[in-house]
Amino acid sequence: MEIYFDNAATTQPYPAVRETVMQMMDADYGNPSSMHMKGVESERFVRSATETLAGLLRVKPKEIFYTSGGTESNNWALFGTADRQKRKGRHIIISAVEHAAVSAPAKVLEKQGFEVSRLGTDTFGRVDPEELRAAMRDDTILVSVMFVNNEIGTIEPIAELGRVIHACNSDTLFHVDAVQAFGKLPIYPKQLQIDMMSVSAHKIHGPKGAGFLYVGEKARINPLIYGGGQQNDMRSGTDNVPGIAGMARAAEEIYSRMDANKEHLSALKSRLRDGLAEMEDVVIHADLPETAPHILNASFLGIRSEVLLHTLEDAGIYVSAGSACSSHKRAGSATLTAIGCSKEEMESAVRFSFSGMNTIEEVDVALDVIRRVVPQLRRFRRR
Amino acid sequence: MRYQSFLVKYAEIAIKGKNRHIFEDALIRNIRSALKPVDGIFHVFKEMGRLYIKMDEPYDYDGALEALQRVFGIAYICPVVAVDSLEFPVIADHVADYMRAVYPEQEASGRSFKVFARRASKQYPMDSMEIASELGGVILEACPHLHVDVHHPEISLTVELRQQAYIYSENIPGPGGMPVGTNGSAMLLLSGGIDSPVAGYMIAKRGVRIDAVYFHAPPYTSERAKQKVVDLARQVAKYSGPIRLHVVNFTDIQLAIYEKCPHDELTIIMRRYMMRIAEQFAGKDGAQGLITGESIGQVASQTIQSLVCTNAVCRLPVFRPLIGFDKQEIVAVSEKIGTYETSILPYEDCCTIFVAKHPVTKPSLKRIEHSEKKLADVIDQLYQEALDSAETIEIG
Repeated sequence: MEIYFDNAATTQPYPAVRETVMQMMDADYGNPSSMHMKGVESERFVRSATETLAGLLRVKPKEIFYTSGGTESNNWALFGTADRQKRKGRHIIISAVEHAAVSAPAKVLEKQGFEVSRLGTDTFGRVDPEELRAAMRDDTILVSVMFVNNEIGTIEPIAELGRVIHACNSDTLFHVDAVQAFGKLPIYPKQLQIDMMSVSAHKIHGPKGAGFLYVGEKARINPLIYGGGQQNDMRSGTDNVPGIAGMARAAEEIYSRMDANKEHLSALKSRLRDGLAEMEDVVIHADLPETAPHILNASFLGIRSEVLLHTLEDAGIYVSAGSACSSHKRAGSATLTAIGCSKEEMESAVRFSFSGMNTIEEVDVALDVIRRVVPQLRRFRRR
Repeated sequence: MRYQSFLVKYAEIAIKGKNRHIFEDALIRNIRSALKPVDGIFHVFKEMGRLYIKMDEPYDYDGALEALQRVFGIAYICPVVAVDSLEFPVIADHVADYMRAVYPEQEASGRSFKVFARRASKQYPMDSMEIASELGGVILEACPHLHVDVHHPEISLTVELRQQAYIYSENIPGPGGMPVGTNGSAMLLLSGGIDSPVAGYMIAKRGVRIDAVYFHAPPYTSERAKQKVVDLARQVAKYSGPIRLHVVNFTDIQLAIYEKCPHDELTIIMRRYMMRIAEQFAGKDGAQGLITGESIGQVASQTIQSLVCTNAVCRLPVFRPLIGFDKQEIVAVSEKIGTYETSILPYEDCCTIFVAKHPVTKPSLKRIEHSEKKLADVIDQLYQEALDSAETIEIG
């Protein structure tokens, strides 16, 4: 039996997505930029995908720009803004818990002479809007805060942050990395005052290598990739038609189940949470009622993440090591550091992440296995 | 400059008397196999006691050189310009072109040179001295920025007249050592660390064929840790030729030791079992020695007293080429041979997972042997299972 609890890493594509991608590879393989019929037909698929995605977010189709995925979208939001707005200011604010696809570009911009402020969080991983207000300046060109934390599932107070930013400085652009939130929570960028938002297809049962950046019409950023002038000169490169069509198909599907999914995922998560909470020496991180329903992170004190991961793997259960660090040499996870985890907690953190495809029985099986192996593994603690 | 041949110089092979052809044949074989993945057609042959590689144009010069620099037994590689005609004026023209191209004024101004000439046929109308001095004049005319120094030349230009005329002056160092396959074989205890791949490299350099054994401990060590060791073996195999890698599941033995023996002796006892298992595989593969990356005093299990304890279980000689090396020196070799980058990837090895906080540094063999007795009722079976369940991967 295979129990896949690593859906924050990637998800299994929906059967409908597989079919759509197949169709685009098989029959409708045209280049949307071609003049002939084959191209026009492909363009139609892209246009309809754009309308679908824009409709789900209640934004305009011309505000959707396709990319190769979350990392490119995040890189583009940061570098594109910095490049375009550098005469207005050179100050950028991010949170201390951002994904590397945001924090690494910020570091590069720092080397290029931009100033980067990093907002800390409370022990649940939440950014404080008042701290953001204090950090805002006249020369702040960009604020980038993630929607849902990929490691511990915390939902950031995006609406409040949006209000604070635009009250302080109407020129500042607000970028939100929504890779873990899109399809799981209802998100309307206009209501939330989001200027740019990153989305990835493979986290919502779509294909890998596809994603988009929402760029509100008023936000001015420069392209990251130049070439044939596709997508209104903003992102050159032949449209990834199978990826785009597959992503739209996945989005439609996951949106159609959003409410049911939310209930289902919450049930899975609280079942696992309650089971783990009964165990000794298990620390559940960001243990709040209002976190993302698909991510749960816990430390099994005394057992290295990697060891529990491989033990569960032997039982057919796939999870992720809670911290990106697998050795004493590398720095631990930024998120776990920010929420004040001890070294022991960092080294033993494991992330479980669900999708609508998981069942309550799977959670029960996993709990049984965990209850069985954890005491065994603890017998061989490092002394 | 385009070169049509390489002259391969070997140092130690030349002194091996009647066995010389064995070494030369092995070297030719190893050169051929090293050049196989390189773009080009290469002819490797012996001619009048020298080893040449003749290339069909076009070929990948940098790739060929890089491959040759990994073949043990090669002392120097000389890129050679071959001239079809033996007519002196034709040769002189080529020599002038060669010197202008290889030692242009902006790089070589003020340097000294000497011409060495050899002729295979005594029928040639000029003798060696005359050829050398005539060519010296030609060069001085073509390259006024050079001068002659017959005692301590910075540039030694050799011109050999055989079926063709060969012109060369560069001696690019090879790795030295002896051709792999001419000195038996040995079993390397390979881990994911920095030392053991270097140890394997150094023994292979002496002409020894290498096989290896790796101990993993799932779930305490990951599939990626194993992949890392396979990658390291692959890199060593670029020098040593094919390696047979035995992957032994060591978890149960480790856990048994952990449960039954004193914790400060864990590593020593563990290493004794590793040596025993490695020796078993050596027996199966016909290897005549074991190789480890140990260096005196580097860690607790590598003090002299510890080495005495681990050595005591082996009948075969244990080669420890790094025994007198400092860590810095080992790192330098691993960087040179391209294993360093892989070695420092952060995957835990089975040696590090259960390390005691304060391991013994001066174990006594008697006490260790006494502690090992506590394993008596389980160890034979675990030992046999470890041997039987080992996976063998052919590398290179």
